[in-house]
Order: sequence, then structure tokens, then C-alpha cells
Amino acid sequence: MKPSTAYSQYHPKWHRTRVSTLWWSRKWSYLKFMLRELSSVFVAFYVVILLLQLHALGRGPEAYLEFQLWLQNPLLVVLNGIGFLFVLFHAVTWFNLTPKAMAVRLRGRRLPNVLVAAPNYAVWLAVSALIVFLLMRQG
Amino acid sequence: MANRSNEPFLWALFSGGGVAAAFLIPVLLFLYGLAFPLGWLQPPDYERTLGLVQHPLTRLVLFLLCFLSLFHWAHRFRFTLYDGLQIKHLNPAINLFCYGGAVTGTLAAAYLLWTLP
Amino acid sequence: MAETITIEVARYRPEQEAEPTLQSYEVPFNKDWVVLDALNYIKDHVDGSLSFRWSCRMGVCGSCGMTVNGEPKLTCATFLSHYHPGPIRVEPLRNFPVVRDLVIEMTDFMEKLQSVKPWIVREDDPAPAEGEFLQTPEQLDKYKQFSMCINCMICYAACPVYGLDPQFVGPAAIALAQRYNLDSRDQGKQERMDVLSQHEGIWGCTFVGECTEVCPKNVDPAGAIQQYKLAATQEWFKSFLMPWSKP
Ligand code: SF4
Ligand code: FES
Repeated sequence: MKPSTAYSQYHPKWHRTRVSTLWWSRKWSYLKFMLRELSSVFVAFYVVILLLQLHALGRGPEAYLEFQLWLQNPLLVVLNGIGFLFVLFHAVTWFNLTPKAMAVRLRGRRLPNVLVAAPNYAVWLAVSALIVFLLMRQG
Repeated sequence: MANRSNEPFLWALFSGGGVAAAFLIPVLLFLYGLAFPLGWLQPPDYERTLGLVQHPLTRLVLFLLCFLSLFHWAHRFRFTLYDGLQIKHLNPAINLFCYGGAVTGTLAAAYLLWTLP
Repeated sequence: MAETITIEVARYRPEQEAEPTLQSYEVPFNKDWVVLDALNYIKDHVDGSLSFRWSCRMGVCGSCGMTVNGEPKLTCATFLSHYHPGPIRVEPLRNFPVVRDLVIEMTDFMEKLQSVKPWIVREDDPAPAEGEFLQTPEQLDKYKQFSMCINCMICYAACPVYGLDPQFVGPAAIALAQRYNLDSRDQGKQERMDVLSQHEGIWGCTFVGECTEVCPKNVDPAGAIQQYKLAATQEWFKSFLMPWSKP
């Protein structure tokens, strides 16, 4: 980082307050931001579970059963519950922020944000339903 | 266009991962983390699961999900460490941890999906 | 006596104190008064040594930004009644060095603003006699929102990224760069991109989104930055996949 040169030249005695390390706890919107960013930890956490699942799947039925039993560990269930809330939070914030980044225009007018976000939710529902269907279908 | 940074590339992976994770992970985590272990729903057995995952399209989707989600995590977590803890001076270590982790996970995903029976 | 309200003002007089301190004043509680009116009352009737900036009193000049009860606000548009019964704490804008009392040092912002060339850049630069550049209402509409910025720096005060890393170009400068990028008369996109595609440009932003929340003019700098990221990424892939194509 190169030092900001402009300052002290004119005002040798200016006062600068340092940002505290806990700045994000000062305000609900900052805290929400931090939680949103931390949701990524649970995204990675799920990928690890998925990798373990694939690993077990590759090693045969016994290993897979073992994996399924391992998932019943109460500690893991609690962690997964928390993780689920976080990834849900990630999904909702992500869908709501897309319109801001896109600025979709139709016939020269900018589409209202709700209209840009709505298809996200529709696709989300459809994808989730499809996955449940694929996994739960009998036979 | 000298010294263009690679940030756009990393940001694209981050965004792709954000989309993939948002669409797929909530339902998957709900099923495998809560609904199946707690007995709310009956999980598909080994044969069926294997059959589903063996399909080339599933393999592709799962690979992309792992790859992009991990880079999504790497990007966000890197900035969270920078800003949240103000430890920007540890930059190289943070980058190694985040992107190294993402690359390792991606390779693992590729290997596991490739060697599936 | 009529009702009064307490105003706690941050004082910093570099010649006599090393750290800012708070000083309380009682001012008449007048429903129609804004925080700036109270400060002017103090300056005119109680303590002439209080320093602060203001000019237009109507949310146009952008010079009266301060921290009111922890939130960055235009003090000429923030009513006392909103904080009744008080007390109201008035501090200088966050994330900037304080010169005196409520006056902050803004050279850094001015330099950043200039670095993104917030004016119409032309390759040809025709003489005024050749006539004006034409623009349709639709073309105007594309950037109008971003052109409402009054350079009040309130978004900088709300931005944790700027607070943590003063090298970050910051919300308003990027929104204004985008304002000119989207202007049909402008040809300076590439020059601005060179500045903003640096790490300290758009990539420092983590989309906290607070700049958009606090902006008194609904400029939506956070949106501008994300749109810029998207554009820069498309540009990057284009020049990566097709290095021969001229940007
Ligand atoms: S973008 Fe809004 S908050 Fe920021 S300087 Fe401009 S008017 Fe002020
Ligand atoms: S005094 Fe001009 S904006 Fe408040």
C-alpha cells in the first residue's frame, strides 16, 4: 500500500479514528453483511460433505451405509441445521442482489428489481422440486 | 492493457459459484443434512444413488457445483478475513489457504467423480 | 421557557487537544428545525468557535454531511423532531481525517473523483460552433440516476471497505465513472476502465451495500459498482478469448 500523500501536507494535526476490528458488530446492516459473507463457509462445508458422500459411494454399499449413519451424529445434525439456515440466507440475499448488478432494460426502461428477482425464485423452486423428485421417486 | 489483474476471472468464478450454491445447496443440505438423518424422509438406497450419480449429466453438475462453490467460498472468505479481521498483511498466506483449498477440493471432486464405478 | 433539546457536538481543536471530545449544548426544540439549524443556533448564540461546513441548506451542495447519532446524514435534511426528545450526537463524517470540530479533510475524495475523469471525454473534441451533441430522453434515462450525486461523501462515511483501506476508490467516484460511461456522448470508457479495474478500483468492493442505503440522492453506488464489475468481467473474457479484438 502506498501512503496517501495528500493529507498531512496541509493539516499536520488532523485526527484520524481507526476502524475497530469489531466494526461489523456496530450496526445490524453490517452484521447482516458479515453473516452473508460467512455463509460461504457453510457452502464449502456442504461441498466437503458431498465429497465424502462421493468417496463413500465409490467404496461400496457398506461404506455408504457407514456414511449415512455418520450423518446421524447429533453434532453433525445441529451443524447441518445451522448450515442450512446460512445457505438459505445466502440464496435469498443472492437472488435479491442480482437485479442490482444487472440493470435489465426492456424497451428503454429499467425493469423494476422485483421483476428481475422473481425468475430466480421460480427457477429455485423448480430446481429444488426436481431434485426432490429425482431422489424420492420410487423404483 | 498492461498489468490487468486476474480479479475479473476470480470474480466470475465467485459469481458462478454464488448462483450454483444458491440454487442447489439449500435443498441438498436440507435433504442430506436434516431430512434423511432425522428420518423425516426415506433416503434413496445405495443402488439408486449410485445410478443417479453415474449419469454423465449428474457428474457434470456435481463437478461444477463443487468447483464453483469452492471458488465462491475462497473469494468471499478471503475478503472476510481481510476486512473482518484486518489482517491484510497476511495476504499471501490467506490466498494460499483459500485458493489452495479450492483447487484441492476441485481436484478431489474431479477424481472422485471420474473413478466412480 | 420553551422546550429545548440537547445536542452533543464532537469538538476537536488540534492546538489544544489530542483527541476529540464531546460538548453539550441546549438549543430550543423547534419542530421545523434541522440539525444544521441547531448547529447554526449554537454558532450564532452560544459558542462562535464551533466549526462546520454548510452552504445551500437544501440538500444540493453536499457540504453539510455529518454523523448524527451514529448515522451519516445531510444535516440540512435531518430534522430534530426525528430524534426527539434527544439527546442528539453530532460528529464529523466517519472514515475521514478530522481537521477541526465537524470539519473533515476531503482532499483524498477529490483526488479519487478526478482520477475517474467524471466529465465527457471525446476523441474528436469538435468546436462548440459545430453544434451540440444530441441525446434522446431514453439515452439520458440510462445514467440519470447516477448523475444526481452531490459529492456529499456520505457513502464514503458508510463504507467499511473505504474505512479499512483508504486506497479504495469508493462508491461515489465509481458511480460517477459509470454515469459518464453510460452517457451516449462519452468516449472515455476505456480510460476509466484502466483506473477502475485496478485492485483498489471496483474489486475492493465486497457489496456491503450500505452506500446505497445512506445516499440522500438515491444514486445507488452499490448497484453501479456491481454493474461495473459485470462489464469489466465481460471485457476481460473478451480480451482473453479474443486477444486480437480491439476493446
Ligand atoms: S453517491 Fe450519494 S452519498 Fe455518495 S457522494 Fe453522491 S450523493 Fe452523496
Ligand atoms: S447545506 Fe447544502 S446539502 Fe446540506
